Amino acid sequence: MVIYGVALLAACMLAGNVIGELIGIAIGVSSNVGGVGLAMLLLVFVVYRLQKAGCLDVSSRRGVEFWSSLYIPIVVAMAASQNVVGAVTGGPVALVGGLVVVAVSFALVPVIARMGKGKYAVPLDDIEDERGVRDE
Amino acid sequence: MNERLLDVFASNGLITAFAAVGLLMLVCNLVSKHLTAGRIHGSAIAIAVGLVLSYIGGVSTGGEDGLADVALFSGIGLMGGSMLRDFAIVATAFGVDVEELRKAGLNGVVALFVGIIVPFFLGGAIAYAFGYTDPVAVTTIGAGAATYIVGPITGTAIGASSDLIALSIAIGLVKSISVMIVTPMVARTISLNNPSAALVFGGMMGTTSGVAGGLAATDPRLVPYGAMTATFYTGLGCLLGPSVLYLVVRALLGG
Repeated sequence: MVIYGVALLAACMLAGNVIGELIGIAIGVSSNVGGVGLAMLLLVFVVYRLQKAGCLDVSSRRGVEFWSSLYIPIVVAMAASQNVVGAVTGGPVALVGGLVVVAVSFALVPVIARMGKGKYAVPLDDIEDERGVRDE
Repeated sequence: MNERLLDVFASNGLITAFAAVGLLMLVCNLVSKHLTAGRIHGSAIAIAVGLVLSYIGGVSTGGEDGLADVALFSGIGLMGGSMLRDFAIVATAFGVDVEELRKAGLNGVVALFVGIIVPFFLGGAIAYAFGYTDPVAVTTIGAGAATYIVGPITGTAIGASSDLIALSIAIGLVKSISVMIVTPMVARTISLNNPSAALVFGGMMGTTSGVAGGLAATDPRLVPYGAMTATFYTGLGCLLGPSVLYLVVRALLGG
């Protein structure tokens, strides 16, 4: 049933966020620490176990895949509800500071990405073929 | 009669949002295909248009939630709010390659620390150059250069005034919005085309909305990797900001 997949996803998100809050409380921080990331790891792990046990049928998977495929439209809605005015009218410190920080951070990405095992990272295949499948 | 018809949209906010965003994506995909010959992804255009609509919504209503402050589009706020966004982000983990996580895990952790410390001191230095020489001000603005959540939490913890906190939110907003726009443009230059680099990217940028929007516009398959590290960033930033980093700033400036 589709709802099994959706419920599994919901349970992982809630469990991840509860653990994230607990970590936050434990180290005395007033924010959630990695709740969503932990939820993702949990989902990866649970799906792996369920698939091995043969408990995840196609329709349950569809419940998760549906939400994952709604990701981009949700991000577009997120972009449409940002406080852009606040960013633009924040004054020169905010504007200069924000832009310089972003530029430097971008420049550091390849430096760190190539450390250690990252040297051997292989680019994903060209996106065009993947897109064709996705758009259907 | 007009009012009753408008009410159909306003009272079905989330459904209106689905229809409106779907229409927006359709138009943007057509623009991408026919006007840019597919060179700029439809999702990148849609995100940019979303930000412009946000600006218009903000100017016309004076609110903080962009287009979502316009009554007709209030559902956009629910659809793009943190609940559904995080739900969809978690769902993308369905396609994650565990091997890739294992390979780049350590780089991701390094990126988290560098990604918090470098923007913090850079932001602090710029604040200093603009005349904010007080350690509390430098720390709050520097923390805002991490994310617009780390800024106010750090500022509140060390007793910053509300105008400083507003400034730290503004610098964080500039960061998150420019990450959304710039990522697809520079992705090729910084080799952001594989899961390991995406993990590092998420840790380096930290802003969940910036990373989510930027990667979605670059290559949706990279989203889960970037999002996974980015979600640890704010928590780590809130831990380091008011403690270690504040103490370092105080030692440097002698406050």
